[in-house]
Amino acid sequence: MATALAKAADVTTSVEHAARIENVSKSFAGPAGQQLVLDDITLDVAPGEFVTLLGASGCGKSTLLNLVAGLDEPTAGSITTNGRPALMFQEHALFPWLTAGKNIELALKLRGVAKADRRDKAEELLELVRLKGAYGKRVHELSGGMRQRVAMARALAQDSQLLLMDEPFAALDAITRDVLHDELTRIWRETRLSVLFVTHNVREAVRLAQRVVLLSSRPGRVAHQWTVDIPQPRRIEDTAVAELSVEITEQLRGEIRRHGQH
Amino acid sequence: MASTETKSAAAVDDSHDLAGLEAGLDALETVHTGRPPLRQTLVQKVLPPVVAVVLVLVVWQALITFKVVDDPTKLPSPGDVWGEVQDAWLQGKLFGYIWTSVSRGLLGFLLALVIGTPLGLLVARVRFVRAAIGPILSGLQSLPSVAWVPPAVIWLGLNSSMMYAVILLGAVPSIANGLVSGVDQVPPLFLRAGRTMGATGLRGTWHIVMPAALPGYLAGLKQGWAFSWRSLMAAEIIASSPDLGVGLGQLLENGRTASSMSMVFLAILLILIVGIAIDLLIFSPLERWVLRSRGLLVKS
Repeated sequence: MATALAKAADVTTSVEHAARIENVSKSFAGPAGQQLVLDDITLDVAPGEFVTLLGASGCGKSTLLNLVAGLDEPTAGSITTNGRPALMFQEHALFPWLTAGKNIELALKLRGVAKADRRDKAEELLELVRLKGAYGKRVHELSGGMRQRVAMARALAQDSQLLLMDEPFAALDAITRDVLHDELTRIWRETRLSVLFVTHNVREAVRLAQRVVLLSSRPGRVAHQWTVDIPQPRRIEDTAVAELSVEITEQLRGEIRRHGQH
Repeated sequence: MASTETKSAAAVDDSHDLAGLEAGLDALETVHTGRPPLRQTLVQKVLPPVVAVVLVLVVWQALITFKVVDDPTKLPSPGDVWGEVQDAWLQGKLFGYIWTSVSRGLLGFLLALVIGTPLGLLVARVRFVRAAIGPILSGLQSLPSVAWVPPAVIWLGLNSSMMYAVILLGAVPSIANGLVSGVDQVPPLFLRAGRTMGATGLRGTWHIVMPAALPGYLAGLKQGWAFSWRSLMAAEIIASSPDLGVGLGQLLENGRTASSMSMVFLAILLILIVGIAIDLLIFSPLERWVLRSRGLLVKS
């Protein structure tokens, strides 16, 4: 934690946060009255920082991401981001009526990029996710991993400083997921984006992040944070990754166990 | 210096490895879809309906030949009907009949499209409008549009505007309802993805909702055309007048008054063929193109 803060402090002095979540609570109307999903969450993401949000089901991690994305309003507290963040979902959410390239161009168009520049920019982004030549491909012609990479390119096309990812690799097979971890790490380091990545996979969280935030469930609260200073590129099977994962898993299990006790 | 060089070389190597790995995965996981060969299409798509039509003709001719039905005023022979086609052709009237009806039908359908589309969007997107007229609109679909012919004649008289009014009353609800159900079936994920990209309000409607709703909208158009054509025929049969020209409906009615069963058959046949032809030439290719380009036309 201390290292992360120190780092954030010396990277920037003017732009303080890619996202600042202050005392955010969220409740939904449920069958048993108002149900508190997120309880007093305070969390900052520094510019260029990679943070994973980890938690069991019902911890409200996707809810929190929706709030940061501006798709929903918090019941209490405030969220500030620098511009509109880009959001990637578990499903690729690419539009099937457009080709891969046109999907990216739509994001460019909605952000106001001039027509003449869109094609080049889209090709450039496809090259960044190593899908050169996929411009004219329809979504259904792409494999699961390729679709998520196009989705990543489309998210990057929004030119946001913050990329929100909601379990984007959960539906992929293990081999593809592993490759996409490497890919995401590479792109994150090249683009210097801030990333807030939601997952329930502890190893994935440790493999990717500079900081892992564990949320407790029902209601979601920040239970614990870890700074991960294992140097990148990491591998999911690295001993250091495994050791930290064991520690975090222990905590996570403790959080889950509490719910069986009442 | 040397150590940094090795390190960057290793990094390059690493990234090269990843690129190769990824290319391999992509190649392994990509499915290739292509169109089936022409021969297969002919055998699977064209042959069965041709067989069916031939079968019907054979049964029809058999009924005449074996004198099962021995009354040309009840059932004319296929030859008689063909003779009627030739007569109309030689008098140069055949295309006149067809064109009179088709031009009315298509113009009426286009008008219905222009009215039905914004109406459908309003019902789908504005909650108050949906609550107010949504049920009426879907109820109207089950009202046979023939029911509109008498009031239309009374309101507008025996003229083309009455025909168009009947077509509109038949087709507008179908088109609007098709669009509404298309919009209702848009996956919420697309809307959320659109919103995070800044496609809200009218921009969201144009870039996300409309294209996503296109399959449902097309189904509505197809049904709208069927309804236009039906209502037009009903209108032409009921409200024939010399000033209106002879369309297929009037041809049918003329056949009835002249007790010429072969003319009646000719008219019915032409009505059927035009209905099928418009569907085959316009709507089916459009629908298939939309579905195929979205990967929704998968062969099992």
